[in-house]
Formats: sequence, structure tokens, C-alpha cells
Amino acid sequence: MEPIYLDNNATTRCEPAVVEAMLPFFTEHFGNASSIHAFGSEVGKALKKARAQVQALLGAEHDSEIIFTSCGTESDSTAILSALKAQPERNTVITTTVEHPAILTLCEWLEKEGYIVHKLKVDKKGRIDIDEYKSLLHDRVAVVSVMWANNETGTLFPVEEMAALASAKGIMFHTDAVQAVGKVPIDLKNTKIDMLSLSGHKLHAPKGIGVLYLRRGCRFRPLLRGGHQERGRRAGTENSASIVGLGMACELAMQNMEKENTEVRRLRDKLEKGILSQVTHCFPTGDPGNRLPNTSNIAFEYVEGEAILLLLNKMGIACSSGSACTSGSLEPSHVMRAMGIPYTAAHGTIRFSLSVHNTEAEIDRVIEAVPPIIAQLRKLSPYWRDGGPVSAEQAFAPTYA
Amino acid sequence: MWEYSDKVREHFFNPRNSGPLEDANGIGDVGSIQCGDALRLMLKVNPETEVIEDAHFQTFGCGSAIASSSALTEMIKGLTLDEALKVSNQDIADFLDGLPPEKMHCSVMGREALQAAVANYRGEEWSDDHEEGALICKCFAIDAVMIEDVVTANNLNTVEEVTFYTKAGGGCAACHEGIEEILAKVKASRAGPGETSPPPACPATPEAPKPPSKKLSIVEKIKKIEEVLESVRPMLQRDHGDVELADVQGKKIYVHLKGACSGCMMEAATLGGIQQKMIEALGELVQVLPSSHMPVEA
Repeated sequence: MEPIYLDNNATTRCEPAVVEAMLPFFTEHFGNASSIHAFGSEVGKALKKARAQVQALLGAEHDSEIIFTSCGTESDSTAILSALKAQPERNTVITTTVEHPAILTLCEWLEKEGYIVHKLKVDKKGRIDIDEYKSLLHDRVAVVSVMWANNETGTLFPVEEMAALASAKGIMFHTDAVQAVGKVPIDLKNTKIDMLSLSGHKLHAPKGIGVLYLRRGCRFRPLLRGGHQERGRRAGTENSASIVGLGMACELAMQNMEKENTEVRRLRDKLEKGILSQVTHCFPTGDPGNRLPNTSNIAFEYVEGEAILLLLNKMGIACSSGSACTSGSLEPSHVMRAMGIPYTAAHGTIRFSLSVHNTEAEIDRVIEAVPPIIAQLRKLSPYWRDGGPVSAEQAFAPTYA
Repeated sequence: MWEYSDKVREHFFNPRNSGPLEDANGIGDVGSIQCGDALRLMLKVNPETEVIEDAHFQTFGCGSAIASSSALTEMIKGLTLDEALKVSNQDIADFLDGLPPEKMHCSVMGREALQAAVANYRGEEWSDDHEEGALICKCFAIDAVMIEDVVTANNLNTVEEVTFYTKAGGGCAACHEGIEEILAKVKASRAGPGETSPPPACPATPEAPKPPSKKLSIVEKIKKIEEVLESVRPMLQRDHGDVELADVQGKKIYVHLKGACSGCMMEAATLGGIQQKMIEALGELVQVLPSSHMPVEA
């Protein structure tokens, strides 16, 4: 039985063409780009090409606006800490309640350090209130950091509009776009976005490589100081093989952009419809009308996500869940809680995230596999009886609920 | 993903005794939908003999919650109520060849469902006195509520003290920041309104062990060593381990680690803890080593 990988928002498979492009940079082109000799200059040329490939995918005006980092998290930390350090007269960060931990955990720490963090709330479809946002833009705000697309639900935020509003008030705007890059068209030169984070392994490049886009003219303070790499904005010898791989992956992503938004979207819609039409008491979370083309997050009520994942895994199907058990915490995903998804459903959320490599046959197999798994677990559930949830008068109300 | 034992997987994929038990006369409902785990345990008890003739469960929860429920029903069938009540959460975990530290609460839930079901059969009220917090120390599975309670009750001030009382932080040390936060929180609430807490003192350098007034005789020394080992044994026995003195050679103290302690990944931490206590008790620098390190005599 061939395994089916539907967890591409967690990480993606490195494209064989990417690996092939990388390999010479471990062996014959091992030089340090900073060196004067031929070993170094070969690598220097390759980095220049990769920078241009990333620039093209992001629609950046200058290639010097691309700073290679080690991962999306490093890019996020660099952006926010830079904004605070470069503008000491400003002490406030605006973000949302549904950001990735790369932003939220950093913001919690900033609060302990005395900074003020405003987290925009979302409605039950995961949308922010733009009027609330406008009311928060004042001259003590150092930076707004809002994700382009949510990693759990795929819901898109209007970051271009939000960046324009921030810019009009002279406030820096950063977006964590690790889920969006390669899946939705991006043209940074025609936006007011000042900083953007991307992560290589989300778009078929290797793990351990990321990018911070930094608009020319945006005030900046480095996170890592040392050598003059990346024009002194990110010291440390370049991860040349991975940078070359990321460049190649960006080029492939450009070529696949249309397929991502037609074929992948069609398969995702087929999968979602196939499951919703067969299983009762389940619903898609987030904003189905405005989300990434590859993501479907379905909440199955009265069953627990980890149990679903284990049974799916037994059938060779890989996806992920927002349940407490899979996150290693006591509460289900902060994204589901922010949207007010009830606990009976939040623990049973399953994220299916596709890539251009998924096939129709795979989707058919998943549509067939899911309904019996949900039925099997509901049979075990004390919240379920005779094909439906337990009625209110017999409701299961355990001690310390 | 978690490292589940084969036994956990087996009981999850093929749960025993699942589904409603229509003629149950003792039912225990525990858990919380908020935490994503809830369990109903149903017992059919023979009123004459108090023997559990049948046991079923229904569980909303993860793989290990379902496996723990299944294991529990298998373990208690055929026991009398009093015998069944002796089943501890550790017994449930052992039956399943162990659970990951994050998942030990699943076995606790099983044990509580059993208490609740027996109380229900006997017409008693059962109330849960167990509150669970976020897992802080993954090495020893100690949660925030437990640490906070112990810190408050014993007026603790340092991570070292917390480790001494709860074991939390005694392993990989990754949770020391989390423990420090709890200490700060308790300290702040201790100060009370109006009072200001004193500025945090610089971490004091540990005092050098004071030399004993007189040099210990070898008999006195061995006696002290035995006393230290006796003091740590209950802690190790709780985790199904044990320790015994093997030999003393100059400044080297060799011990046999037994049971769960032998080959445990925490061996170095355990020995380090014992060594610290030895140094304090003997007033001299000594080394505590596993007996496997004893030099072979020529």
C-alpha cells in the first residue's frame, strides 16, 4: 500500500530537481562565497542566481531585499526584534490571536520584557475586524505582524490592505508568509509590506533554510552580528547548498502556481465534499471561501483527533490534528479556540494539506477511508449513541468537566 | 508522534470491552471535554460476592486514553471491588508496557474512573481532588499545578529545592525556565498586596562543603554512605528502581542500580543527585559510580 502524504503544511518533500541542484555544493563547489579564489567565486555566482530566483517568486524590486536565514522562525524573530530595536521610541506590537507560535511565543516573551502586544481577535470563520485594526494604529506601534495564510485552516488575511493602512500611519508591516509563498501569487513591489518571512521546507526546498524579505529603506537591526554575509544583516557563512536548493524550488513554484490554484484546488474541494457528504456532525473550519487552495481543515465532532490520526496512519494516510494530545498541551489548538470552535469539535479537527504531487486516486482512497474511521471512534465515544450525539437529558457530564 | 509501546497500539487498534454495558450497576464518569479526554467505566458487580463480573468502557480521547481504558477493564474483571481498588495508575501503565510522560494522565483517568464507578455502586459520592496543569518536566512527568502546590506548601525558593521535593527539573534541565516562572509567580502572590518583594538575589555560589571536625573512620564513613542511600531509596522505589552499596574504594563509591534504574536513561542524573548528597553528608569530595565501573582485580 503506497502511503498518501496530506500534511504539506507541516513540511514538504524535497523536489528531486532541488536535491540535484544542491548536490554539487557539498562536493566540488564546497568553497566559501567570501573567498577570493575560484572555489569561492563559483559559490558566489550560484548564490546570486538563487537570490534572483527568490526575488522573482516574491516580486521583490531588488535582489538585495532578500536575506537568507536558517528558517521561518529566525526570519520572524529577526523582523520583530529589528523593528523594536530600530525604533526605541515605539513599544507596541500588533498581531493576531491565530499566528504561528514563532510569532506568539516571541510576543509573550516581549510582554514579559515590558513591551505591549495587541492581539487582534478573529470571528468564528477566522477573520479579523478591519475597523478594530484601524483603531489600533497609533504612533507607539513599532510593527504589525500578521500572517498571510493560517497554517491550520488556510484562511487568508488581507495583508496587502493591512500593510497599506499601516504604511499610511508610518508603521512597519511584517507578514509571516511561510504558508502562502508558492501557493498564492505574491508581488511585493506593488504592496506596502516591509518585511516577509518564508521557509524553504514548505515549498519543496530543504529544511534549515529561510528568507527574510526586507524592503529597501526599511530601518533594520540584525539579530546575528558577525561577518559581512548578507551585507552584514545576517552574519554566518551562507548555507550555500540549501540556498541553491531554495532558488530552484522557487523557480519550480512559479511554474506550478497555476496548477496549485486549479488542479490542487479541485482535488482539495473533491476531498472535502466527499467527506462532508458521507459523515454527519462535521464541518470545515476557517473561511472556506477565502483560503489557500491546498488546505482543508475538518472538525469531526465527538471524536478525538489523535485517535483519528493513528487509524488513518494505519491505512497509510498522513495528516495532522489540532487536538490537545497532538500538540502536547492540555488544550486544543489556539486557532480553533480563537474561532470559538466548541471543545467537542476542536479536539477532533483534522487538517488535510495537499501538494501538486497528490493524485486523484489518492484522494479517492482518503474519501473512502475516513467515514468508517469516524464511525468506529464514535462507537467508542461516551458522547455518542445510536448514530447521533447523546441527547441533552442523558448528556454525558463527567466529574471535573 | 509519540513512542507508543506495541501493547498500547494493540489495545488501541483492538480495544477490549468497549461500548455500553446495559446491566451495569456501577458507573464512573470522569474526564473533561476541555482537555480532550473523557471516560465512562461501567461495571457489573455481583451483589453477593462483590466480584466484578463484567466491565465495559466508552472513551473520548487519544490512542493512549482508549488503550488505558481497555487495559483497565481487562485488569479488573474477576476481581472483587476491594482488590480492584488496589489497581494503581502505575499498574495500568505497566500493563501497557509504559506510557509516554505526556500521557501518564490517561492512566490516572482510568484509576479515577474506577474509584468513581465503585463509589457509584456503593451509593457513595465521589469527588475528584485531582487538578491537572500543563506538563512542565517531561523527564519525570510533573505538571504546573503539582509544582505550584509544593512550592506554596513548602515555601520553596529555588529550582534545586523544587527538584528535591518533586523531581521536576532533575533530568534534562530544559524546564528550569518554566520552574523559575512558577517560583516567581508564587513569590509574587506570597508578597501580597502592598508589600514589595525584595529584589532577586544573585545566585549564591554553592558553599564549599565544610570539612568535618574530625576525619571519619572507615566504619563511620560507610555508615554515612548507607544513610544517604537509605534516604534516596524510597524515591527510586516509587519508580520501580532501587540502589545498593557495592564497594567503597578511596574517594570512589560504587553502587548497584537495580530494577527500573538499571539501564535507565536518567542513570547519570540519579547518580549525580546521590553524589551531591554524599558530598554534603561526608564533607569531602567523592565520586559515585555504577558498580559496572569497578576495576576488575588482577
